[in-house]
Amino acid sequence: MTVDTCDLARRVRIHALRMTSLGGSSHIGSIFSMVDIIAVLYGKVMNINPNDPKMPIRDRFILSKGHAGAGVYATLAECGFFDISRLSEHYQDGSDLSGHVSHKGIPGVELSTGSLGHGLPVGTGMALAAKLDKAEHRVFVVLSDGECDEGANWESIMFSAHHKLDNLVAIVDYNKIQSLATVEETLSLEPFTSKWEAFGWSVREIDGHDHDAIENACKALPFVTGKPSCIIAHTTKGKGVSFMEDTVLWHYRSAQGTEYEAALAELETNV
Amino acid sequence: MRDHFIAGLTKLAEQDGRIMIVTGDLGFGVLTNFADQLPNQFINAGVAEQNMTGMATGLALEGRVVFTYSIGNFSTLRCLEQIRNDACYHGVNVNVVSIGGGFSYGALGISHHATEDLAIMRALPDITVLSPSCDWEAEQCARTLVDTPGVGYLRLDKSSPGNTGRSSEVFELGKARTLSEGSDVTLLTAGGILEEVLAAAKILGEREIHARVLSMHTVKPLDGNAVLKAARETGGIVTVEEHTVSGGLGGAVAEVLLEEGVMPRFFHRVGLRAGFSSIVGSQKYLRKRYGLDAETIVKQVLSCMSRR
Repeated sequence: MTVDTCDLARRVRIHALRMTSLGGSSHIGSIFSMVDIIAVLYGKVMNINPNDPKMPIRDRFILSKGHAGAGVYATLAECGFFDISRLSEHYQDGSDLSGHVSHKGIPGVELSTGSLGHGLPVGTGMALAAKLDKAEHRVFVVLSDGECDEGANWESIMFSAHHKLDNLVAIVDYNKIQSLATVEETLSLEPFTSKWEAFGWSVREIDGHDHDAIENACKALPFVTGKPSCIIAHTTKGKGVSFMEDTVLWHYRSAQGTEYEAALAELETNV
Repeated sequence: MRDHFIAGLTKLAEQDGRIMIVTGDLGFGVLTNFADQLPNQFINAGVAEQNMTGMATGLALEGRVVFTYSIGNFSTLRCLEQIRNDACYHGVNVNVVSIGGGFSYGALGISHHATEDLAIMRALPDITVLSPSCDWEAEQCARTLVDTPGVGYLRLDKSSPGNTGRSSEVFELGKARTLSEGSDVTLLTAGGILEEVLAAAKILGEREIHARVLSMHTVKPLDGNAVLKAARETGGIVTVEEHTVSGGLGGAVAEVLLEEGVMPRFFHRVGLRAGFSSIVGSQKYLRKRYGLDAETIVKQVLSCMSRR
C-alpha cells in the first residue's frame, strides 16, 4: 500500500493542533517541525506492523524529543496502532497519553521519554543488541537540536561509532530554536555536521520538510557501512501554520479560540 | 564480596547467553575472566555512565539481562535519571552494581564514599535493593537478580565477615537472615558492616545481653515481619548501616514499625549523621571515626538500654 505521506503529515498536524488545544499543552511548534520526518518514516521507510507492534523484525523508533509526543501518538493512530478517537484523551485527567511520550498502554511506542538526552543511549543499546543477534532491523532516533546540548548524547555518539553500529540512525530536527531563544544564541551547535563526523558518524543534511529528500536519505542508509548515520534535517519550528513558524512563542503557546480556527484553516487548505 | 558475586554471575552467564555485564571502565583484574570467557556478553562502555545505563536499558528491552558495574556513586547517582526513567519505568531487567559501598574506598575521599545510595535507590519505584552482608549472600544475589524481573540495585562492600551461609541454606529475596538469636535487643544491619555488628553482639553477650542479629540483605522490599517480630520479642531495635541515617535501612525499619503501630522499648539508628565524611582513611578507621564500629555500637545499645 502506498501511503501519501504529505496527506499523513497534514492529518497528523491537524490532530496535534486539536490535541494540544484541547489539553492546553505546549510544544506545537516542536511537533510541527518534525511531523514530515515521522510521516515519511512511518509511511514509507520503517518496517512496522500495527497488528503486531512487537514484531521482532520491526524497525525501532524512538522519539527522544519526548515533548513532541502528540505527533507520535497521532501518527501511530493514523497508522492503525490504536483508535484515532483515543487522541482526544491526550493531556486529559486520567489519560495514558501524557504530554511527553509514554509507552504504557500505548501500542507502538518503544520508549517513554521527556527528559532530554535519553533516547539515543537506549537506541544505542537496541542497535547493539540487534548486531549481537545478527538481526537486520534498524533503530531510528529523532532528536531535537536543543537536546544536543545534553552530554549523554555525545557519550552515545562516541560509543556507537566505536562499535560500528551502522544500524543506528539519528535524525536531528534542526529547527534552530530551543526553549528560550535560538540555538545560535543559546549554545551554538555549529559546525554541527563536522562534530558528528569527527565523532565517527556519516552525516547527510537535508530539508526536513521535503518528503522526497527524507525518503531518499533513508533509502541510502547506512550512508557508510560500519558507521552510524546522522540525518541533520533542516526544519522550521511551527511548520505549516504561518503565524507559528520560526517563533519561540509557539514552543509554549497553545492555540485557542481564533488562533486555533486560523491554524486549522491553514492546515485544512494546505493540501 | 565482589569476587564472590562476579564468580556467581560468571557461572550463570556461562549457561545463560542473555546475561551481560556493561562496565563503566572499571573492574581491572575482576572482570577479566568474564570478559575473556564471554566476549559477546561483556561491554566496556567507557567512562560514560549515562550512556552505560541507557544502553543497558536498550539491551534489556531486547531481552538481555544486564548488569551495569562501577564504583561507589558512579553507577547510581551519576546516572540516576537513566535508572529511574529508562530502566525502572520500562520495567527491564537491568541490575545496577556498585562496588565500594559505604567507606570501602575510604581513603579516596567523599567522591568515593557511597553513603546515601540505599536511601536514594530505595526511593525509586519498581526496584529491588540488595545490600548483602557476607560473601555467601553476595554470591546468591547474582541468581536472585537474574531471576527477579525489573530493576535491581546491588551494593557490594569491600569488607565482609566472610561466609555466614549455612550448608543447605536457601537465600530468599526479601527474607531477613537470623545470624544470632537473642531476646534483649535486635541489631539489624545490611552490608559488610555485619562484621562490626557480630563483634558488638559478642561483646554484649559477654555482658549477658543477648542480641538478635538480622541481616537485612534485601533493603527493598524489606522483611517487615522480621522487623515486627524483633520489636515484639526483643523490645529494642538498633539498626546499623555504613550509610547516612536519613532514609536508609534505619529509616525503612522505622517506617514499618510506625505504620504497624509497634513501638519498641527503644529504637536507635547507628549511621552517619553530620555533614560530609571529609576525613579520609581505611574503612576500619572511618567506621571508628564516625561511630560505626563494634565498640560504639555496644555503647549505643547500652545507652539505649539504660535509658529505658
